[in-house]
Amino acid sequence: MALTETAVDEVGLVARAAALGTRSIKTSSKLAALDLAIRCMDLTTLEGIDTDGKVRAVCAKAVQPDPSMADIPSVAAVCVYPALVPTAAAALAGTGVRIASVAGTFPAGLGPLDVRLDEIRWAVAAGADEIDIVLNRSAFMSGRYRQAVDEIEASKEACGPAHLKVILETGELGSYDQVRRASMLAMLAGADFIKTSTGKVGTNATPPTALCMAEAIRDHADRTGTAVGLKLAGGIRTAKQSWQYLVLVQETLGAEWLTPDRFRLGASSLLNDVLMQIAKLRSGTYQRPSDFTQD
Amino acid sequence: MPDDPSYLQPAPLPSFGLEYAAAPESTAIVSIAERYQLFIGGQWVEPRSERWFTTTNPATEEPLAEVAEAGADDVDRAVTAARGALAQWSAWSGRDRAKVLYRVARVLQERAREFAVLETIDGGKPIKESRDVDIPLAAAHFFYYAGWADKLGYAFPGRRTRPVGVAGQIIPWNFPLLMASWKLAPALATGNTVVLKPAETTPLTALLLAEVLQEAGLPDGVVNVVTGAGETGAALVAHPGIDKIAFTGSTEVGKHIQRELAGRDTRLTLELGGKAANIVFEDAAIDQAVEGVVNGIYFNQGHVCCAGSRLLVQEPVAELFLDKLKRRLDTLRVGDPLDKNTDVGAINSRAQLDKITELVAAGVAEGAEMYQPQCALPEKGWFHRPTVFTNVALSHRIAREEIFGPVLSVLTFRTAEEAVTKANNTPYGLSAGVWTEKGSRILWMADHLKAGVVWANTFNQFDPTSPFGGYKESGFGREGGRHGLEPYVELDDLVAT
Repeated sequence: MALTETAVDEVGLVARAAALGTRSIKTSSKLAALDLAIRCMDLTTLEGIDTDGKVRAVCAKAVQPDPSMADIPSVAAVCVYPALVPTAAAALAGTGVRIASVAGTFPAGLGPLDVRLDEIRWAVAAGADEIDIVLNRSAFMSGRYRQAVDEIEASKEACGPAHLKVILETGELGSYDQVRRASMLAMLAGADFIKTSTGKVGTNATPPTALCMAEAIRDHADRTGTAVGLKLAGGIRTAKQSWQYLVLVQETLGAEWLTPDRFRLGASSLLNDVLMQIAKLRSGTYQRPSDFTQD
Repeated sequence: MPDDPSYLQPAPLPSFGLEYAAAPESTAIVSIAERYQLFIGGQWVEPRSERWFTTTNPATEEPLAEVAEAGADDVDRAVTAARGALAQWSAWSGRDRAKVLYRVARVLQERAREFAVLETIDGGKPIKESRDVDIPLAAAHFFYYAGWADKLGYAFPGRRTRPVGVAGQIIPWNFPLLMASWKLAPALATGNTVVLKPAETTPLTALLLAEVLQEAGLPDGVVNVVTGAGETGAALVAHPGIDKIAFTGSTEVGKHIQRELAGRDTRLTLELGGKAANIVFEDAAIDQAVEGVVNGIYFNQGHVCCAGSRLLVQEPVAELFLDKLKRRLDTLRVGDPLDKNTDVGAINSRAQLDKITELVAAGVAEGAEMYQPQCALPEKGWFHRPTVFTNVALSHRIAREEIFGPVLSVLTFRTAEEAVTKANNTPYGLSAGVWTEKGSRILWMADHLKAGVVWANTFNQFDPTSPFGGYKESGFGREGGRHGLEPYVELDDLVAT
C-alpha cells in the first residue's frame, strides 16, 4: 500500500511552532486558558506500581482538583492501565469524569493481535470510556501500512462504544514527514483521536509535533468532513506549556477544537502547576507547592 | 459513536475560544524629547534652516516630537564635520575601530527594548518584529562588521584597502534602525566618515543611535545625523564634498540620484524597489509554504523592498493553496503595534496608505478578485487589511507596480519555465522565493531567476554574513557579507618589485 502525503518542511514547521509560542497570554485570557486546560486534561497514572489506593487518589483529584477552589472544573478523564479500570470506574461513577485505559499491550503494542484486541474488549467491559492504543510502529516503519491500518480498524471495532485514541509515538518516527503520514494513516483507519506519545520514550509531545498533527487533522477534516481529536501527552508539566498548546490548536484548527471532545492534554504533574497559577492570578501571590495536594 | 448518544451529545459546553487580552509593551522605557536638533561634529545643534517638522505615531496619528529639518547650510556643516574627522578616524587601527563597533553592538543589545519600543512608536511596525527582527539584526550587523575592521587585509587578497572618504547615507522608513546599521557598520569598519539622513517619518531611532555611537567612544564628527525630507536628501546628494552616496528607497528617487551624480566622481550604491515572486510548486510542503507567503508579504505591513508581493502557484495546488492562505489570513491580528500579539501593525504614513488604497482600487477596477479578512481595524491611525488578489493578469497594475503594502497578487503557472518567465517579467530583480521539495529544481530555478536573493523554502531571511542587493531597477551594489565592504573601500594593488 502506498501512502503519499504532502511533505512537511522541518525548518518552517519549527519556526511556525516557535512563533505561536510567543503569543502573550495575560490576565483574563490566562485564567480562561487554565480553566480550559483542566477541562481538557487526561489525568494520568501509568506506572508498574499503580495500586487501587493510588488510582482512587488520582480519581478524587480528577473530580475535584482543589478543595479550596470549589469552582475549578473536573478534568476530562483519568487514564490508567486496564487492571486498574474497575477501581477507576467505581471511583468515578456518576461524576462525569471519563475513564481512559491504555490497552493493546501498551506501550510497545507488539503483542499478538488477538491478545491486543482482547485487552481492549476487556477494558471496555470493565468500564473504560476511552481506549488509548499505540500504532503498530513495527509495521509502519517497515512500510506495511495496510497491516497498520487493518489493526487500527480491528481495534476500533473492539472498542465498541468506547472512543479510540491512537498513539503515534512521534518521538520514535524520525521525521515530521513520518509524523504526518502516521497521522493520516491512523485517521483513515478510524481513530477518534490521534495522540503524540506514550510518555515512555525520551521525546514526547513538542510544539512542532503538535503543529504537524494539527495540520494533518485540519486537512483530514477538509477532505472527509470528519473531525478527529488531538491528544498531546508526555513532558507537559507547566501551565505555560498548556496555554501555548491551546494557542497552537486555536490558531491552526480553530476555536471549535478547544473542547474536551477534540482536544486533550495527557499529564500527571501538570495539574498542580495549573492550580498554582490560577491561585496566583486570583490572589496576586504565589502559594507554596505544599498547599496543593500531591496525589 | 452511534451506540453512545450520551457521548455524542454532551451537556452544552461554554464557548472555549480564547480571546487574547491586550498585551501592550510598556512605553515607560522610552523618553521622547519635545525637540530634536541636528547631530553634527559630536554636538546637538540648532538647524541654520530654522525649520522643523513633526514626526507622528502612525498608529494614533498623534505627534511625537519636533525634529530639525536640515537645509543646504546644515548639510554643508555636517559634510565639513565629517571631512574634518576623516583623517583621524581612518588612521585608527582596525582593532581600535572594531572596539568601538563592538561596543555599539553591545549597547544596542543592552538597550534593545528601548530601541524596539521607539521604533514601533515612530514607525508603526509590530513590537514583535522590532523586538525579534529589527533590533537583534542591527546589533548583529555591528558585531559582524566589527569583526572585519582589523581583517581588511584578508578581505581582498593581494590588495590594500583605503577608505573612500565621506559617505552620504540615505535611510528608508521601513527598517529605520536596521537600514542605518546596514550602512553605518561597513562604512565605519573600513574607516570612512558619514553623514546619515534618516527618513522624515521615522527619524527617532537614528537620533538615539547617534547618542549610542557617542557613548561607545566614536570620535566627534565621524557620524553626523541630518534629519529632513527629500530636500535634505537632495542637498546631501548635491554636495561636492561627498565621496559616496548609499541610498535605499524608491526606484524613482534612485534614478534621480543617479542622474544627479552623472559626471561626478562620487560612488553610488542603490537599493531600490522590488516586485518579488514567491513560487510554489505542487510538491512543496504546502502548510509551510503558506507561512512563507504570509511572512513574505504581510511582514512589516508589506513595507519591505524584497517582499514576496507576487505569488506564483502551480495550477494543480492553486485552489488548495488559496483556501489555506485565506484561512491563515483570517487569523492575522491587525491593530495596536505595541501589543505583543499584533501580527500586522500600522501603515507608516498617510501618504503611503493613500498609495496602497489607490492601487488596491485599481486592482478591483481592472477585474482582479479581492479577498480581505473581516477583522476590525482601530478607529484611529493608518491601517490596511491584509489583502489577496486572485485572477490577476500580468498586465494588471497590481502585478507590475510596487505597492509596498500588505497586498498580494496571485498568478498561476504550469511549468518551471513558465514560472521563471513570469517571475522575471518585471523591471525589478531584488528577491525571489522557491518552494519545492526537489533539490535539483531549486538549483535550476536559482540559476534562471534574475534576482539578487533567491530563498529556497523560506522567505525574508536576513543575515549580516549574506550579501543583499538587486538586479535591474532594484539597484546595484551589495550590502552585507564581505561584498558589503567593497562600496566603502578603494583597492590598491600591492606589487612587489
